[in-house]
Amino acid sequence: MADLSSSIREEAKKLLKKGEADVIIGFEKGSLPLCATPCFIRNEADVEKLIWNEFCGNNLSRYLIKAKGKVGIIAKGCDTRAIVELIKEKQVQREQIVIIGVPCEGMVDRKQIMMRCQGNKITNVEDRDERLLITGDLLNVAVKKDECLYPGCQVCTNRNPVMYDVLIGSTSEEQQTDEFTDVTNFDGKSSEERWEYITHEISKCIRCYACRNACPLCYCKECFVDTTQPQWVGKTTGQTDTLLFHIMRSIHLAGRCVECGACERACPVTVDIRKLNRKMSADVKKLFDYKTGLDIDQPAPLSTFKPDDSEEFMLDI
Amino acid sequence: MDYKTIKKSEITEFLDNLIKEYEIAAPIEKDDIVVFDKIKSSNGVILEYSNSVKSPKKFVIPQFETLISYNTNEDTTNVKEHLDEQKQFILFGARPCDARSFLFLDKVFSDEKNRDIYYKNRRDVVLIISLGCTQPQETCFCTTTGGGPFSSEGSDLLLVDIGDDYIIQVITDKGAELVKKLGLKNAQKDELAEMDRVIKKSEAKIEPDLELNNLKDKLDNSFDGSDWETLTEKCLSCGVCTYLCPTCHCFDIVDEEKNRKGERIRIWDSCQFPHFTMQASGFNPRPTYKERYRQRIMHKFSYCIDNYNMVGCVGCGRCISECPVNLDIRQVLTSLYYSMLSGRT
Repeated sequence: MADLSSSIREEAKKLLKKGEADVIIGFEKGSLPLCATPCFIRNEADVEKLIWNEFCGNNLSRYLIKAKGKVGIIAKGCDTRAIVELIKEKQVQREQIVIIGVPCEGMVDRKQIMMRCQGNKITNVEDRDERLLITGDLLNVAVKKDECLYPGCQVCTNRNPVMYDVLIGSTSEEQQTDEFTDVTNFDGKSSEERWEYITHEISKCIRCYACRNACPLCYCKECFVDTTQPQWVGKTTGQTDTLLFHIMRSIHLAGRCVECGACERACPVTVDIRKLNRKMSADVKKLFDYKTGLDIDQPAPLSTFKPDDSEEFMLDI
Repeated sequence: MDYKTIKKSEITEFLDNLIKEYEIAAPIEKDDIVVFDKIKSSNGVILEYSNSVKSPKKFVIPQFETLISYNTNEDTTNVKEHLDEQKQFILFGARPCDARSFLFLDKVFSDEKNRDIYYKNRRDVVLIISLGCTQPQETCFCTTTGGGPFSSEGSDLLLVDIGDDYIIQVITDKGAELVKKLGLKNAQKDELAEMDRVIKKSEAKIEPDLELNNLKDKLDNSFDGSDWETLTEKCLSCGVCTYLCPTCHCFDIVDEEKNRKGERIRIWDSCQFPHFTMQASGFNPRPTYKERYRQRIMHKFSYCIDNYNMVGCVGCGRCISECPVNLDIRQVLTSLYYSMLSGRT
């Protein structure tokens, strides 16, 4: 990955200096090896903190709704797709944000690498283009970055920002994958097998809501799952309660999920949360020929009515 | 203190013997992460691991438990208390930080002032055989919070890995009784010397202590400080830190009822959630991330000292390694500490 940190710093400095942004939301070095962390830069002197590497996985558009003033935001392809939706849903005003688009080559899953290190303490990480050289007391491993990408990044077809004010570096080559092979494969299983898979995944959930809170499109002021009057969903980690939370959340995100994978990255207990959301995306594509977060002027399929909308779900009585 | 020894190759037999008499939980790999789970045999138990993703607190405070169930009809109400008899239970292979967390939970749920019968029912049967840390992680900071990679506080027996064997430190009477029953060999002089060497080597690997003298006083003066807002700006206000934490213990109680039959259920809750402090009037004294994160820090590093004379953190580092945005509690504490020193808040 070309070092884009210095270009990002330059751009951030320019925006702050000219007063075109009050704050820049970007990444700084994390406190752990193989880790970057969100940061909020308000002074020109602090732009030196900004970095860019393959560990900048967080979807920073999550912070846009809360942010005050004019905001400059570092955004990958998926992050810009979320911004498109946020603007469409009138949560963010286009003129309030400056998008510093950064082409992405897929983000590396720190936990996959940690597993390869088998609990040995990492003391140094060296970036050698396509590989990371990881060393520690009892450790000397070379890891190919593209073998440790997040599952969402492996099937991503929008590595380049879809909307931006400034583009950093040169565009990435888009992956030519059949977008929904995973969904088709899962659909091919028997209903018992699918039920078993989903209920097993759900059984791991601890209801910490990291998935929801990391999601850029989960911005409801009061989530249905928190409501107490009336209480829609039980609060236990029993199968019914947990499954209901995940299914309802997934349906609420139908046609809105931009498949950034923030939910899955945030989950501490490896729940395959994307499984349900991917199915929603595939259905929305099939029923409405719509892919989320690409075009600011394209109406959202589930908030618009067209006389020729697919009505496969209607029952003939 | 008594020191016994056991060959590593004999550990499976040791566990399989214990299983006949006790309920045992041990670290196993499940769905790509290490967790503590009840085991039926020694197969799959892993002892070369850093720490589990979830803490073993669930064995004494389950994520949800039915306290009572009831049913009513026109003239009578029947209430059943759910205090099932517990089988003797061994938590095997827990890290010393987690063993210490049980001492902390005891102060909250089972001291002279507070006695939670549901907690006590589970806790009374627990025997902890912990495993000292020869490979502390970059997220470990147990030495800052009063523990250490071989701290014996909270453990009944503590294992120290000296290569082909484990030394078993006998900490409590309960531990001694078990060891006596199993007829283990006494450790030899050279083995004890090796144990000391292992312990020293490991202690040297832990990151230096955060220098936080009188942190509590400084925190108490920082409540209205401006740093909280900037420090918590990236927080997502999710419950990862609290739910994985071995000492976080807050709960909610709900009644679930249908057709005059119901259950009163206790469920983990988190101070990071907005509804945790939502009042019936609709007023919320901790409306934003700032107040909620501040509560977590103040509770652990100030209020717990007032209430239990113990810091409410054992330095296991789970909240650091699993935080989705890498909000590192060590950095927060250091940052608050030094900004308070310089009088910025």
